[in-house]
Amino acid sequence: MEQLLQQIVNGISLGSIYALIALGYTMVYGIIKLINFAHCDVYMIGAYVGYVCMAKLGLGFFPSLLASMLVCTLLGVVIEKIAYKPLRNATRITALITAIGVSLFLEYTTMFFASADVRTYPPMTGFMAKTFKMGDVVISAQQILIALITVILMVLLQLIVKKTRIGKAMRAVSLDKDAAELMGIDVDSTISFTFALGSALAGAAGILVGVYYNSINPLMGVLPGLKAFVAAVFGGIGIIPGAMLGGYVIGIIEVFVAGLGYSMYRDAVVFAILILILIVRPAGLLGKNTGEKV
Amino acid sequence: MKKGILSAQFTRRLILVVLAYVIVQLLISVNIINDYLQATLTTICINIILAVSLNLITGFTGQFSLGHAGFMSIGAYTCALLILKDPTMPNFLLGTLLGSLLAALVGFLVGLPTLRLRGDYLAIATLGMAEIIRIMFINMDKITNGPRGLSGIPRFVNWTWLFIFTVGTVLLIRNFLRSSHGRACIAIREDEIAAEAMGINTTWYKVLAFVIGAFCAGIAGALYASYFYFIKPDLFGFLKSVDILVMVVLGGLGSISGSILAAILLAVISTLLQSFSEIRMILYALILIVIMIFRPQGLLGSKEISLSVFNRLGRLFAFEKEEK
Amino acid sequence: MKKYSVIFLLVMSMLVFAGCSQTVSTDQNVIKIGVNYELSGGVATYGQSSVEGIELAIEQINEAGGINGKKIQLVKYDNKSDASEATTLTTRLITQDKVVAVLGPATSGAFMATIPVANQNKVPVISGSATADNVTVDDKGVKEYAFRICFTDSQQGNAVAKFALENLSSKKAVIIMDSSSDYAKGLAEAFTSTFEAGGGTIVAQEAYMSGDTDFNAVLTSIKGKDFDVIFIPGYYNEAGLIIKQARAQGIDVPILGADGFDSPKLAELAGAEALNNVYFSNHYSSVDPSPVVADFVEAFKAKYKKEPDAFNALGYDLAKFVVDAISRAEKLDGESLKKALEATENFEGVTGTMSVDENHNVVKDIIVIELKDGKQYKTYRVTE
Repeated sequence: MEQLLQQIVNGISLGSIYALIALGYTMVYGIIKLINFAHCDVYMIGAYVGYVCMAKLGLGFFPSLLASMLVCTLLGVVIEKIAYKPLRNATRITALITAIGVSLFLEYTTMFFASADVRTYPPMTGFMAKTFKMGDVVISAQQILIALITVILMVLLQLIVKKTRIGKAMRAVSLDKDAAELMGIDVDSTISFTFALGSALAGAAGILVGVYYNSINPLMGVLPGLKAFVAAVFGGIGIIPGAMLGGYVIGIIEVFVAGLGYSMYRDAVVFAILILILIVRPAGLLGKNTGEKV
Repeated sequence: MKKGILSAQFTRRLILVVLAYVIVQLLISVNIINDYLQATLTTICINIILAVSLNLITGFTGQFSLGHAGFMSIGAYTCALLILKDPTMPNFLLGTLLGSLLAALVGFLVGLPTLRLRGDYLAIATLGMAEIIRIMFINMDKITNGPRGLSGIPRFVNWTWLFIFTVGTVLLIRNFLRSSHGRACIAIREDEIAAEAMGINTTWYKVLAFVIGAFCAGIAGALYASYFYFIKPDLFGFLKSVDILVMVVLGGLGSISGSILAAILLAVISTLLQSFSEIRMILYALILIVIMIFRPQGLLGSKEISLSVFNRLGRLFAFEKEEK
Repeated sequence: MKKYSVIFLLVMSMLVFAGCSQTVSTDQNVIKIGVNYELSGGVATYGQSSVEGIELAIEQINEAGGINGKKIQLVKYDNKSDASEATTLTTRLITQDKVVAVLGPATSGAFMATIPVANQNKVPVISGSATADNVTVDDKGVKEYAFRICFTDSQQGNAVAKFALENLSSKKAVIIMDSSSDYAKGLAEAFTSTFEAGGGTIVAQEAYMSGDTDFNAVLTSIKGKDFDVIFIPGYYNEAGLIIKQARAQGIDVPILGADGFDSPKLAELAGAEALNNVYFSNHYSSVDPSPVVADFVEAFKAKYKKEPDAFNALGYDLAKFVVDAISRAEKLDGESLKKALEATENFEGVTGTMSVDENHNVVKDIIVIELKDGKQYKTYRVTE
């Protein structure tokens, strides 16, 4: 029983990270129907910004969190302007290949400047280094922090999307871009804003992972990125609560597969789930099946 | 180039192909093409097979596959296991055939359900598939020797086999594309819904292209295994698939000769960049982005290059246009 | 078909051009050694570290006047962590650059892929870190032109198992293994057989993939089991995190590892307070007061501004080892060099005093280092 609880705790902290990344995928996909491969590398950059802030500049955790969210926001917007905007009316393959290009570019440029070596965050002190025991279940302060920050950011995001003007614009553009434009919505800036939001969340995920696992490298985004994408598809791509749900579910499934002694097959299971979902229910758990319009 | 092949033209081409083979063979025997250049030549030929076959799937049929290295690994492992057991020439050929058939079978099994998906989902699904194949090879320790890979694979591949398989693959795909099946595939790329409305069984043709592509990737894998002595699962990861994709994109989505040129070009670039290898991947990334933004059709687009380039002073010969 | 033959003609002309443009400089006062390492790609860190060591050694040798007045020139290529590229580059180094020996690659698989080329051309290839048992010898006999200066996986796995049985009196072990690494697999197998032969049992064997960061699930599942030692065959990148997470979960049994642990990064990743009761086998201890080690550590720090790790030390030794053989060789050709390498006896390196045995492996002592608060605290000798 304790073991089960402990595994759920492990799964939730892993799933929180996936959820934060998955939100970026899902928002961008919802609005311009592009799998933004570079998103996972924005997350990686977020971790590196956090590293520079905390290890080199000696800033505290929260200022570093803000800094990395800010840098990632800018990065996301720049990527969109330079690489994706010229291709808005191109075919999907074209846009996808570009996205892969941007992703590789970020990875290997980082590798060029920061070397392929892993980097470590400075050791945590005070509250951040504490662990709490409830019976046999161990929860670290960092796990609590990850879960809390994730929930707060998601609530904020939901508020922005549902309650603000720009959120309304986002929803409108994702429903029908042309109609939204006719209604006087500035589509370009709405798309930029979507990238900004998604990238900020990825930046937050990056620094949280840096603090939690204490190990970052230029290719750290690749696998979590793919899994987060699976999470987004699982919950129903384009649907924000779906991405959160998907993130937690994938995180917990992964932990249980590993806990049962099949950790070698952990990644394989996640990809198998993806293929299964795509075949059985391509719209995802929370999505509605819609026929393709001709 | 009309469909019926004029016999004189055919003979002329045949002579040219044979000539190309003989000259290289001669240069090898007098050691002007030394071992190192032969190895480079092998890499180029294997890359040509891979790029042309991926081009069939991605460039001509419009299905975005990120799992080509997975099919390659199936061919490589099958052939390697067979010739490790019994190193004879017939076994090598059997292994190559069996490996490609197995790759084609996996391609069929994976393709049938996933090719119903739209482009971007397909990309992720094929990527996932290649990862699953890789993880299987890592964990099937008893058969594949796990992450340690198979070493000491006997070398059967020489210039003759390389030439036969490369030319064979290119011809297979070229002739496929000129058949009604090939036209159906191109129609799917241009507009899937319209193609379906015209009575083309889109799923069937997509799967067909996918299976042929997988088959050829299997051949490339088998050649790889039997030339480079050693294979392991890591060699067939995501980055290998990206390498192949870069060739296809650079050469032109929908141009066979483009893929061939790109395979050669990238081998040359890779050699030139030998001492700056850190920037090789950055360069690849930039190639992808820049080409997609400024010339999404790739270097050659869907054009094909031929001897007439020399005959007509650089006037490119458009294979597409004549099709219409 | 015409167009394809054109392309083949193009290839040929390009290749011939490339072939002719390669001018082989035959400078009599220079000895060329090939360096074929993973400088980019998946295992770039191993290759880069090895090359740092090699370059430091060659720099020192050249400053001291080279070999009999001849300077050593390294011809360095990057195999991109790709075995086929490694084969191609060894071919290039031997047939075009005319090197007397090729150092590397770092990983067993890639190194083994280059051996047929070496045997064909009769030029020795030597690796500092290809540890798989069958690298230099297999059921067909010794591979004539292949050498190495590192332990084999079974030497090290046996030593760690013996240490666990004898020094720690462990009886029940858990193995957490990097299932994507050949090195880890070899170590795990050797450890298991020796540990079980000595009366121990393997309670559980878990696996991970290199690059993983979250081991909580695996650790939680083993936590319920009864065991008194954990063996982690693998590299510091993941081992550091496993140790950190294990200690955070309250698992405080001794943790064992092999030379893959030897990096200053281990302490950074795990945190100093987690690195207690941690032991790993290695070639040498960086706090060893012997002058060979102390001089190396000092020179390395001066050049690269960081602490050396195992790959650095092995690369350094590799270069010196080969240069030692070259200086003893009768002539500067592959065959004499091979004989000189085979005759190496009591070569004093940073990573131990080495003699080459009949299987082209080196015989050297294995030590086990105990970590206390992240620092190397005590060393144990393990006799075979």
